[in-house]
Amino acid sequence: MTLECDDVFAKLSEYLDGELPEAVCAKLQTHIEDCEPCVEFVESLRKSIELCKGKLPEEGPGPLTPGQKDDLLTAYRKTLENKP
Amino acid sequence: MTSARGDTKIMSNQQTVEVDLARRLSGGDVSAFEPFVEAIRNKLFQYSFMTCGQREDAEEVAQETLLRAFQQFDQLREPEHVRTWIFRIARNFCLMKRRKSVFAPNPKQELSLDELRPSFRDHGNGLKLEIADWKMLPDQKAIAGEMSAALRDAIRELPDLYRSTLLLRDMEGLSTKETAEVLDLTEDVVKQRLHRARLAVRQKIDAYLMKGVPA
Repeated sequence: MTLECDDVFAKLSEYLDGELPEAVCAKLQTHIEDCEPCVEFVESLRKSIELCKGKLPEEGPGPLTPGQKDDLLTAYRKTLENKP
Repeated sequence: MTSARGDTKIMSNQQTVEVDLARRLSGGDVSAFEPFVEAIRNKLFQYSFMTCGQREDAEEVAQETLLRAFQQFDQLREPEHVRTWIFRIARNFCLMKRRKSVFAPNPKQELSLDELRPSFRDHGNGLKLEIADWKMLPDQKAIAGEMSAALRDAIRELPDLYRSTLLLRDMEGLSTKETAEVLDLTEDVVKQRLHRARLAVRQKIDAYLMKGVPA
């Protein structure tokens, strides 16, 4: 692992999020293009982030009960009534 | 490889819908009530479930958060920040719930960058990374079953502050600034925690892909 690889490893999230200054981003990009291990590692992190950004299946709350809905609506209406 | 996005926060369609509904609710439009609950409740549940570890706790947090939000809707000064505002409420309920729960995930509190670094092996013709072949991974829409459980476990096993950062940034789509506001952190700390959280999840999924067992 070279110093440049280390730099990629340390700044990769900011690089992928577009949060690095342009010059730093360009420097990392130049290194990545010529470094097979970095290409592999960047791809693995990018895919891992994509997985996290997607919705996990089979996860959702049960249906809102009429009682829960009433509680929420009552709270909202009260807030409206008390609004100056 | 190009950067994933620029510095400017671009709202997703879903966020635009939420902001519009919040604006209507702030103006007293009751017809926005149901679609708002529908749009937000699932997100609150998912965040709370990953944080608290129990379905029942997550359902309670989602309801308590919505109740508090409706009780204080007149305090939402900027509807465009409705997501930040509501996740701050959810975060506080989750913290209270976690203090009382024996089921809440509670792994060690810090992640060291060195532990998350991939290893290399000499294959005779130079050093190669010892990681799985991620090109073989199906796209996000295709993940299901074991893979989805591995991802969920990897996120749940993160220390709380890292998990919260990753959930808000990557799963809920909040910006670095918004995440910092929800968690009362600086933007630099959010970036650092997000990176370590992502590396830790990557490492767990990598181990799963290579051996089918957690790292």
